[in-house]
Amino acid sequence: MIAAPTKRGRFFERIVFWMFRLGTYFVLLCATYIFLDIGIKGGRTVFTKAAPFVNLKFLTEPPQTLYVFDYQGKKMELSDREFRAWKTTHKEDVDATSVAYSAGGIWPCIVGTALLVIGSMTVALFIGISAAIYLSEYSRDTRFIRFIRIAILNLAGVPSIVFGLFGFGLFVIFFGWNVSLLSGWFTLGLMVLPAIITASEESLRAVPQGLREGSLALGATKWQTIRKNVLPYALPGILTSSILGIARVAGETAPIMFTAAYAMRDEMPWQVSHWTNFFFQGVMALPYHIYVVSSKIPQNEYTERVQYGTAFVFLVVVMLIALTSILLREKQRRRLSW
Amino acid sequence: MVSLIEMPQTLPQQLPRQNDRPADETDEATIMIDVRDVDFAYGSNQVLYNVSLDIPAQAVTAFIGPSGCGKTTLLRCINRMNDLIENARITRGTIHLGGIDINAAQVDVVDLRRRVGMVFQKSNPFPKSIYENISYGLRIAGVKKKSRIDEAVEKSLRGAALWDEVKDRLDTNALGLSGGQQQRLCIARAIAVGPDIILMDEPCSALDPIATAKIEELIQELKTQYTIVIVTHNMQQAGRVSDFTGFFYLGRLIEFGATTKIFTNPAEKRTEDYITGRFG
Repeated sequence: MIAAPTKRGRFFERIVFWMFRLGTYFVLLCATYIFLDIGIKGGRTVFTKAAPFVNLKFLTEPPQTLYVFDYQGKKMELSDREFRAWKTTHKEDVDATSVAYSAGGIWPCIVGTALLVIGSMTVALFIGISAAIYLSEYSRDTRFIRFIRIAILNLAGVPSIVFGLFGFGLFVIFFGWNVSLLSGWFTLGLMVLPAIITASEESLRAVPQGLREGSLALGATKWQTIRKNVLPYALPGILTSSILGIARVAGETAPIMFTAAYAMRDEMPWQVSHWTNFFFQGVMALPYHIYVVSSKIPQNEYTERVQYGTAFVFLVVVMLIALTSILLREKQRRRLSW
Repeated sequence: MVSLIEMPQTLPQQLPRQNDRPADETDEATIMIDVRDVDFAYGSNQVLYNVSLDIPAQAVTAFIGPSGCGKTTLLRCINRMNDLIENARITRGTIHLGGIDINAAQVDVVDLRRRVGMVFQKSNPFPKSIYENISYGLRIAGVKKKSRIDEAVEKSLRGAALWDEVKDRLDTNALGLSGGQQQRLCIARAIAVGPDIILMDEPCSALDPIATAKIEELIQELKTQYTIVIVTHNMQQAGRVSDFTGFFYLGRLIEFGATTKIFTNPAEKRTEDYITGRFG
């Protein structure tokens, strides 16, 4: 005879089930709220009612100061440049309120973030894959190697502000690179390095041993084997891990605060006197810009536009970068699957 | 660095075919691989004890014995595949190949492996096209000329009796082949680099009887050109394909001799017991 579940047991079962279900729904709810809030409020800044439906000015212009004033009973909202042009035609004195960064656009921030992501991922992938190859293919399991692994795990737990200060101390001050792209690249690169090393090592280990032996048995050297018959198959996995790295690199504010980010800069990154100066210039960046416009300037009804607009563009940029790496990974996977 | 290729001792093309002669003339056969007093250990775990045998050129030598008796370990010693395993090493004795001690410091292991091909138990085609699989060994050896590679690909695939089945789809992924075809591809890949010796580690263990028969037939053809050492669990297979057989038990070589003799009139009782299926 098989006993039927008791009433109490069934009730308990229900409770547990709903607990799990609600936990999942809660995540969904939060995500939806955040995306909708940013999407709707930011959408007002980024999209327009008339053609071309996208606020090109916001996407292609540098930030400017907004001037708000009453003129003949009409409320005027003019950007810095427009205000100066207006003043040349209208000679009278107006009492204008200025709101920093709330006019114009965020083009330099988009460019700066893109440059930071590209540079720091290059640094992180190069060092990370090299280290992963060493750990998975060359090193033997000694006490020293175990110590290295623990160090990597610990590095992953270091708060990003500490990376920022470390980068400031080492790259900005000691190396004398100042607040620059190069300092930012290395600081951000070091921050995501543990994740990249760990994931790359796992991807390398997932490549069947038989492929290594098959290659070595044909008279390939170890490096030939790794380059032609191990690394290509591990790349999709490595790229997957780098997607998460990209989101982190693009999103962190603390590490670039002292090392790479400017609150405001008039020149674009390519406007440098000599090409080597390119690496030694600070840039504006989306996360830092959000930080500046939402905490460093007085808040009023005019600042929301740029805050939400920047956040919205920021989300889209990160999604686009992630999408690119996903597509790249799928292409790799299709070509080399076993 | 001593190159095996330059060694006058290894001249397989000019060696007589062993299988033309009565099989028990072992002592007169040209010896390709000379294994002398070999002890082998994984760390502190010794798996081979005092193994000595002479593997004749251009013949098929089979290693038989129950699981864990060390036959695969010995096979992997011949192309130094055991170098890949941490703490695994030959603790005593030598292996000479055409008169050269393969474990000598001046022997280039890459060169050795080019001369001693290997076919693994689990077929391991690279997840690339059939063409790229075969050309892999040549490419890494620095062959760049397309016509030479094309020629070698066709020759090796013909040599492995696979050409007719795959000639129209050389660009397709090798993983799309059947198990038997994959194993023949691995054989073709091994012979593409022009080795003198082919080591086979239970090449048919994952194959059905028809695919197995094809491989066995292929081995018979290959031995006219190559020295073949095959590890097998299947005694019938050893009886069918090999000219010489070594019986291993618990890390020791119990008996080595012409296959006909081992199978019909073994000197050792344990060999007879194993072959007749009384244990193992």
